[in-house]
Amino acid sequence: MDVLLFGIPAVVAIIGAIAMLLSRNAVHSALYLLLNFAAISVLYLLLQAPFLFATQLIVYAGAIIVLFLFVVMLLGAERDEDTPHANPWQNRGALVGGVLLLVELCLLYVYNPGTIPVAVDMDNAFAAPAEVAKALFTTHLLPFEIASFVLLTALIGVVVLHQRRS
Amino acid sequence: MVSTLMYVALSAILFVIGILGVTLRKSALMVFMSVELMLNAANLTLVAFANQWKSVDAQVMVFFVITVAAAEVAVGLALLVMIFKRKKTTDIDLMNTLRG
Repeated sequence: MDVLLFGIPAVVAIIGAIAMLLSRNAVHSALYLLLNFAAISVLYLLLQAPFLFATQLIVYAGAIIVLFLFVVMLLGAERDEDTPHANPWQNRGALVGGVLLLVELCLLYVYNPGTIPVAVDMDNAFAAPAEVAKALFTTHLLPFEIASFVLLTALIGVVVLHQRRS
Repeated sequence: MVSTLMYVALSAILFVIGILGVTLRKSALMVFMSVELMLNAANLTLVAFANQWKSVDAQVMVFFVITVAAAEVAVGLALLVMIFKRKKTTDIDLMNTLRG
């Protein structure tokens, strides 16, 4: 049962990611990315992280994907990839590099299985939203304040970027 | 019981797909989406290990990653719109000069 619960979202996430990579239309890519994010949010739920499940859906699926779709449709840049790369070796090099990286990760997985113990039982709610909030507002209060500052900076940056030059 | 390794392996696969997206696709929008995919893969690893060690700290870290990703997307897409206004394209191969 656990394997099934993990397997279905995992397969959906991988399919969504590959479809995003291969889709020629940027709008379709954004929607496949949305599928991927939704599948990952289900995995968060399986990993006992209900707060991040909600955050993932609201921020990524709700805000970021909508922003992407908005910009894609605003620019009319759905199909802007007709010309080949300036560097003719880029596609082949990227594929070789990706395969090498995957092989390396698989080697780590094969040769080093003992160092990471199996996850223990998932019964206790160690990461209920209240616990996350406690950690956020006590131990990590300064980073939290800095995060709000980062968001404010981004906001001001966007406004300045789109200011009409006199 | 699904081990943490399965989650880490899934995260590795998603990360590699993200890297392939950054290198294979030419549209800056697609590169952005692939970066988001890679950030998500890293987040998945963090949450998996948070579950393994029963620690909330990694989840707080993921919260900050999501915050920074949101800020990055806002600024990045704003820059992209500005570049598109000038160059009428989102092709990253054509964005090779520092002065617009």
